[in-house]
Amino acid sequence: MSKDDVLLRVDHLVKHFPIMQGIIISKQVGAVRAVDDISFDIRRGETLGLVGESGCGKSTTGRTILQLYRPTSGHVYYNDVDLTTLKGSALRPMRAKMQMIFQDPYASLNPRMTVGEIVGEPLVVHKWGGTREINQRVDELLTQVGLNPAFANRYPHEFSGGQRQRIGVARSLALKPDLIVCDEPISALDVSIQAQVVNLLEDLQDQLGLTYLFIAHDLSMVRHISDRVAVMYLGILAELADRAELYLNPLHPYTQALLSAVPIPDPVAEEKRARIILEGDVPSPANPPSGCHFRTRCPIAQPLCAEQKPEWRELRPDHFVACHFAT
Amino acid sequence: MAPKVLEVKDLATEFKTRDGIVHAVNGVSFELHEGETLGIVGESACGKTVTVLSILGLIPNPPGRVVSGTAHYLGKDLLKMSDEEIRFIRGAQISMVFQDPMTSFNPVLTIGRQVAEPIEIHQGVSRKEALERAGELLALVGIPNAKDRLADYPHQFSGGMRQRAMIAMALACSPTVLIADEPTTALDVTIQAQIIDIVKRLRDQLGMAIIWITHDLGIIAGLAQRVNVMYGGCIVEEAVVKELYGNPQHPYTLGLIGSLPRLDASTHTRLISIDGAPPILMQKPTSCPFAPRCTFVVDRCRQENPPLLSFDTHHRVACWVDPKTGGPRS
Repeated sequence: MSKDDVLLRVDHLVKHFPIMQGIIISKQVGAVRAVDDISFDIRRGETLGLVGESGCGKSTTGRTILQLYRPTSGHVYYNDVDLTTLKGSALRPMRAKMQMIFQDPYASLNPRMTVGEIVGEPLVVHKWGGTREINQRVDELLTQVGLNPAFANRYPHEFSGGQRQRIGVARSLALKPDLIVCDEPISALDVSIQAQVVNLLEDLQDQLGLTYLFIAHDLSMVRHISDRVAVMYLGILAELADRAELYLNPLHPYTQALLSAVPIPDPVAEEKRARIILEGDVPSPANPPSGCHFRTRCPIAQPLCAEQKPEWRELRPDHFVACHFAT
Repeated sequence: MAPKVLEVKDLATEFKTRDGIVHAVNGVSFELHEGETLGIVGESACGKTVTVLSILGLIPNPPGRVVSGTAHYLGKDLLKMSDEEIRFIRGAQISMVFQDPMTSFNPVLTIGRQVAEPIEIHQGVSRKEALERAGELLALVGIPNAKDRLADYPHQFSGGMRQRAMIAMALACSPTVLIADEPTTALDVTIQAQIIDIVKRLRDQLGMAIIWITHDLGIIAGLAQRVNVMYGGCIVEEAVVKELYGNPQHPYTLGLIGSLPRLDASTHTRLISIDGAPPILMQKPTSCPFAPRCTFVVDRCRQENPPLLSFDTHHRVACWVDPKTGGPRS
């Protein structure tokens, strides 16, 4: 994938959820600033990892990109088409190009539909073909994700978590999309099953040339699967870089702390590591700190950080960071 | 080696369900020494939580039942004790930290009241004194302005703070054994690092033994001295921590370690995945529970469940096959 071959461009994206008060005369008293002005590109054929702690806005980012939430402001360009200006029948064909795999394989499959109906539903909605063609495609999809096509007549409760996630993957592939937003696709699964799903996603990417936005909180898994990684904190992007660069040379103090907090499954390596322990908790996104959102927990915060929002700058080629003091 | 505080032998627990009997724990034996941190690692439904709940007499009966086994705490069998007797030990000498900090507190009582409760009950002090001690404990686990937060209700605490308060409550009577059941699973990594840091500090200060249950091999690597790996209600491998990661002997442990991507890996390697899914324990295992998913499987694995045998001085493994050669274990 070349640097200029951009599939999706996110430009100053903002998503605020209103906080309403009053029952009869309800008015807005504030906003949860879930995504607060972020910009990045996703290149064709790459996997962009998006990591952050719970409540930092990573899932909202994924959903806003797909126009499942309409952004408060900002733009999302897919192949230079601005999705935020499209509506209804103009948007629908674009949705076929961008699909999603959800976190919870137990909640994201309708228990009253058979696996065949679930995987075939996107094809029916988008009037892809007749019953026979759809059934054929469903068989093909189930084989592709490593399930027996004979399972098409069974119901989701007959499957284990890992198999259900495979069904979710098959459904997302149905319309031959270019981009798949994977929203924590493995965090509900057991360790030994996680590797199965990750390997499947990697194989499918090789076969079909897919582009992934991989949202997760597990940094070791994100490092494993991604080409580039973006780190999010409280609605903003802290850092974005090539995966090797980010892990070897983190510039933002939050990235540094986050990386040092991840345990390594090796007692010898663990003994030698120094941990940066962050103080306190993540502030509420309804009332984020002024200036830099991270300043309340930052070990190197200065008065400037409270006054001025740090600029999103390309400090090194292809390595972006939002910190006044990163060098 | 330090003297034993807890010795569990041949523990088995089952649950009656509508579909039949689930054999959750099948003959688990292990020891815990004074001041030692023992990790119990395994995936969901492998029996790790049921094991410790059985030891503490916390299995609801019905539907659950401890079928066999002994659990000697300082020479006395916990499983034979009456409810009265075990109540003196539970929460005082052996205490527990539960997984979910969101649901383990009573939402209508203040944090101070709940942390003070074990002190009041077990040490027979007045409520005022107990509250004062609770304030000290909250400060010890790093809650800012601890004295002022005693009157707060659980919903006013964040997840990380609730888990700290839970640890404070568990430490209230200076236990000899602290059992932590996935205490950081519901928390973010930076908060997890805070909690582990506190537990390590307190362990060194107070010298208690810890049983730390988790599915995360990473946490165990930096925390425990010895590890039990559980699968299908059995311990399949037991070793000191460096030996387990450096020289894993059971195919399940090998697969588990191989399926984890490492943050410090230099090249991109494909993850080793273990095919299939963990077993549902509707039958008492007569064969190796891991056999259906094992790449080294031989005929004997399907006929006999291998016992946990010594492989080395500090290393026991339950497997018929030597994964290095693929031949039988000598």
